[in-house]
Formats: sequence, C-alpha cells, structure tokens
Amino acid sequence: MALEAEVWSDIKPIPLDDGPDPLAPIAYDAEYSEAMGYFRAISQRDERSERALKLTERIVEYNPAHYTIWHYRQQILFSLNKNLNEELDFVKEQIESNPKNYQLWHHRQVLVEKLMDASCELPFINEILNDDAKNYHAWTYRQWIIRTFNLWENELDFVNKLLDKDVRNNSAWNQRYFTLFFNPTKPTEEFLTQEIEYVIEKIKMAPNNISPWNYIKGIIAKSNKDIGILEELCKEIEKQDIISPHAIGCLVDIYESRARKGSATDKEEGIRICTLLAEKHDAIRKKYWEYRKVILTSL
Amino acid sequence: MGILSGSRKLEELFTNTDALPTESSKAQTDTEVSVYELFKDARDKKLINTIKLNRGSHIKYVKDGLKGLPSYLVALDASKPWLCFWMLYSLDILGDELSQDLVKKGISTITKLQNPTGGFGGGPGQISHAAATYAAVNALATIGTKEAYDLIDRETLYNWFLKLKREDGSFVMHEGGEVDVRGAYCVLSAATLTNLVTPELTAGTAEWIKRCQNYDGGIGGEPGIEGHGGYTFCGLAAMEIMGKTDLLDIPLLLRWATSLQMQLEGGFQGRPNKLVDGCYSFWVGGLFPLLEAIMTRNLPEKDVEQSNSEVSKYIAQSLFDREALQEYILIACQSPKGGLIDKPKRGADHYHTCYCLSGLSTAQHHVIYDFERAKGKDLDSGARSLLWKDDVTNRIVLGDPNNLINSTHPIHNVALPNVRKMIEHFYGERNF
Ligand SMILES: [Zn+2]
Repeated sequence: MALEAEVWSDIKPIPLDDGPDPLAPIAYDAEYSEAMGYFRAISQRDERSERALKLTERIVEYNPAHYTIWHYRQQILFSLNKNLNEELDFVKEQIESNPKNYQLWHHRQVLVEKLMDASCELPFINEILNDDAKNYHAWTYRQWIIRTFNLWENELDFVNKLLDKDVRNNSAWNQRYFTLFFNPTKPTEEFLTQEIEYVIEKIKMAPNNISPWNYIKGIIAKSNKDIGILEELCKEIEKQDIISPHAIGCLVDIYESRARKGSATDKEEGIRICTLLAEKHDAIRKKYWEYRKVILTSL
Repeated sequence: MGILSGSRKLEELFTNTDALPTESSKAQTDTEVSVYELFKDARDKKLINTIKLNRGSHIKYVKDGLKGLPSYLVALDASKPWLCFWMLYSLDILGDELSQDLVKKGISTITKLQNPTGGFGGGPGQISHAAATYAAVNALATIGTKEAYDLIDRETLYNWFLKLKREDGSFVMHEGGEVDVRGAYCVLSAATLTNLVTPELTAGTAEWIKRCQNYDGGIGGEPGIEGHGGYTFCGLAAMEIMGKTDLLDIPLLLRWATSLQMQLEGGFQGRPNKLVDGCYSFWVGGLFPLLEAIMTRNLPEKDVEQSNSEVSKYIAQSLFDREALQEYILIACQSPKGGLIDKPKRGADHYHTCYCLSGLSTAQHHVIYDFERAKGKDLDSGARSLLWKDDVTNRIVLGDPNNLINSTHPIHNVALPNVRKMIEHFYGERNF
C-alpha cells in the first residue's frame, strides 16, 4: 500500500533523524517509513489538507499510539471543517481493534466535546464493555460522558445488570459509587439504607468477594453510619462455617472502632482474630494483620 | 513467610469461589492453575533455596533489544524514551555496567528527542509528552554522566511543564492531550531530579490528587475512577514529592495495597478481582517503602522517640510478603528465552522486564527514609529524595544468594546512587 506518487510529487520526504547510532532502532516497514517521511515534510509547513488527513489515517493504522499524529489530525479535521460524525465512525473501528489505547479514547473525547452530542456514546461504550467489562479506558470515558452530558438517569440500572452478570466486577462496583455520590442529586438516608441491604445480599452470595465489602465500607464511611451495622452479617457468615477473610477482617474494623471508645473486651477479641487471620486464614497478609494487632494492643 | 515454605499447603491456597463461578473467578482460577503447576514443580524438586534469577539471559535479552527491534514493535515508535529507560535501567539494576558505547549512543539518541519548546517527545520530531519526558530524564539519570545531565534544557523544560498545568492543579500528558495522575507524577519526578519544583508548579496539585483517592483507598486516574495500582503509585509518589501525603487516607491506602497481594501466586494484581501481573510487582510493591516512611512520619512524637515501641517497630518493615513476591517473579515471570513477563504463558517485553526487576529489587531490599538526618531541617523535594537509603541489615534474597540485584529509588525508580549523583549535579553539593 505505497502512497500515490502523483498526489505527493511536490513534496520531498524528510527522513528520520535519530542520530548516528540510535539505541533500540525499530526495523520499520518501508511503507511506514515513507508515510512518516511525508508527514515530517508536511507538518513542518503545517499543511492542513485532504492528503494530509489521508496520510495521518495511514500512520495511525500502523501505530495507534502515535499521539503527535492524532494531535495533528485533530487540527486538520477542524481546519477543513470535516464531518466529525464520519470521524466518530473511523475512531470507533479503531477502538474496536485497540480497546486499550489512550490516544483513541482521547481522540473520541475531543470529537464529542466539539460536537457536543453524546447520542451515540453510551451504546458504543456498552459494546466495548460487553467484550471486556473492566476496560479502564472505557470506564474513564463513560464517566466523562455521564458527567458532561448529565446522563445519570439509567446508570444504576446499567450497573445492576453488570453486577447480575458478574458480582466480582470491581469496575462496576466503582461505577455504582460514582453513580450515587458524583451525581449532583445526592442519595437520601433512606436510599442508602436500602442500598446497604442490596450490598449485604450480594455479599451473602459470595462472601469471599472483596468488591462489595470494600464498597459497603465505603458507603458506611460516606454516610456516617456505624460500621457496627455489619456485625450481624459477619457473624452469620461465620455461623455457616464459611471462612471469609473479608468478613473476619470486617470484624477487626468493628472491634477496633469500639476499642477506640474504650471497650476492653472488643480490644481483646480484635487481637484474637488478628492472630487468626495472620496465622491461618489470610497468611499472605500476615504482616498487615500483625500490624493491626499492634495498633489494637497500643490502644 | 512466602508461599512454598508458608504455613499452608499450596493446594489450600486457591481462591474460594463460594460455589458461584463468574467470569472473574473463572479467569482467576485458570491463572491460579498455571502458577500452581510451576510452584508445585518447584516445591516437589525442592528448588526453593536454589532458584535462580537468570541474570545472563535477561542481560542478553536487553542487549539484543538495544541493538534493534522487529517491525511489529512499530507501536512503540512513540515510546522511544521509554525503550531507552526500560533497557538501560534493567542493565543497571542487574549490575551490568553501561559500556562507553551505550553511554554515547544513549546520549545521542535522547538528544534527538528534546524539543526546542521544552520537554521530550516519544521520538524525533514528536511533540513533547509528560511520560516521554519522565522516561528520558530517568534514562539520563541512569546514564549518569555530566554530558547526559547537561543536555537537558531546564529553562524550556520548566516553561513547558507550566503549559501542561490546568487550573484545577492536574496536568495534561501533552498539549491537547488527556489528563490523569500520571501527568502529575511524571512532571514532578522529572522536576525533582532537575531542580525545577516550585510552588508555582505544584499549586493545587495535591488537592487534585486527593480527589482521585477512592472509597476503597486506591487512587484512580481521575476523580471518580476506580483505584488502580499504576495510578496509585503515581499519586502517592507525587504526594511524597510535594510533602503532602497527609491529605490522603493512608490507613485505607495501606489496606487496599496489601489486599492486592495474591495468596497463591504471591505477586500483585493491579485492581481487586483482576489477575496477577508481574509489572504490579513494582507499581503496587513499590507503594510499601513509601507507605512505611509516611506511616513512620505520621506516628505520634512519643512513639518515634521511644524507638522500640511496638507500633514503630512494626511499621519499620515492609508490610507485604517479600518472599512471596520474589517467588512469583523468579518462578513464574522469567521467560526461558530471557526477559520477564506478565504471567505464565505470556511472552517477554521490555516494559515487564523493567518492572518485574524493579519489583524484585523492592522485595529484596529494604529502602528506608533517613529520619535522623531529616530532623529539624527544612527540606526541598530534591533533599528529601536524597534521604532514601538501602538498609543493608534487612535484605531478603530468595533462592540463590547471587540473585541480589541493585536497589532502586522508591520515588523515581532509578538506582539509588544515580539519583544522588543527578541531584547533586543540579542542586550543588548537599550536606546529606
Ligand atoms: Zn503488566
């Protein structure tokens, strides 16, 4: 796929100047080197033309991480008043084949910011999350879309569906928190009480799943409820002979909070279960639980 | 401690899926099985005390890369300074002294990446980029000669840093580029090494990073985003550079970081319920020396003075399983062809080679902040970076004693003596 000669006949490509003896030189394909040669020549004179646009397309297809090319491409698109909806289609295809690339997602954001139209965005992101429900770039972009275009309304439903599919999806739990607390409309106390019930049900489904444990402690801290409300849950799990370091660890938090208020029995009990975690149930975190034990002892 | 000689049998260490398999737990089980096979073999053959870091083959892998890379790596054409840093740093940390030839080539390669408008790009003629600049400065620190240092145009660099800054205190990665915590760390680490940290540069940045800390304690790329090992390292190290770690919830961050060490694999995941990956050996493992220093600093005065107090004694060690991490890196992350990897069955690359080695170094050494020497002094970022030292009384080298590699700086991830040399160059002789 060499470049068409007649389109470029007036341009003298500029070769790569990476010094006499560069470290880690890449054995470029001839086509890539040629395209980059023309790119250096036209970018030097800041040419914003159809052929320049084509050229950038060719280069990013080789190397979608080429942020300089994307930056230049944006300037051409805006200077030539190109149809940005067509560009959205182009970048959509690119993201589908490179879903974990910073530049592509950022390019899409730049376009949507210019268009101020997010009507295609959530379906598109859903499609990407359908392939990889933890894609960090997709979630980052999704939050930007929701905040910028005020699309909070159906987000909790979306998160519910993802958690029904995989209750261990930490990105979905994080999105749940985002949906509740970054929304300009803050959740009521009543809502949060129901929310805690919802999370408790999810914890019971799989007590060894860390994500809802982190989440529930997060909302308890945020809503100024007492961590003690989780004691019953932890005890219930224990009674069923299920060993969950998260449940036992949660008890450490509960006992420590009471020990800080002066309860000697809670202090003792906390120390006892820290030992249990360190020696037996969570030995990889032995140092951490021993540290928590020392903190408790010092109270 | 550690996995193979730990208190529990290997077979008991599989994650309990609570009889509810989901996509996450299936992927987790598959990964555990592949690591288990390797660990079981090492256990059965009693290799634990003789397991070797294949130093020679890793050095060869890196040196081959320095000579040239195949065409399919064109995707790294905008990451040239990264390639220089990953490779030169790997050699340096492995104790393979850089030859005069490499020093010369390194300087001429990086010279071509600097832009007259300030900063370094991902390749010659590419616009300046915060991560590329961080990597270029770290590569120059690793080269460690006066000529290397002096090629940096500090005046234009500083002006360019300011152009990246936004009103809310965050930094974009390049002009017109994306914003995230990497920007703040890359700018501040490079600025520390080159003596360019000013109140103007850091205004508002700590408050912005604070907003990126999540409900679970991890730090995300931006406010609201899920906590992630890489961004958490960037956020915490940036806060430490600015002396603003007290804005973060450190106990919560500690808990999150410890939760990411895998009980069967011994390595770290980058987020809860994700898979182990060798590069998080540094991004998450590297949080611990920082946390240890921060927690010691935060102790009430009486505990510090009474230096044998239980709390300060417990903090004065790394609060993760250093043996287990070395087991993962040495048994599961060495490619037989040289170079290190993400997880079993993956191929080596220079990024994972660099960060598996950085993680290995962090697990072997105990690098600590010298509070004695810091006492009563008003220290700038450069001086504080000089106060990190290798506590030789607390080394843990798993397997063959010759596995010990060099120590790395907890903030900059450059070998400790190279950080000292560069800072002394840019700040003048310091009395530490
Ligand atoms: Zn990795």
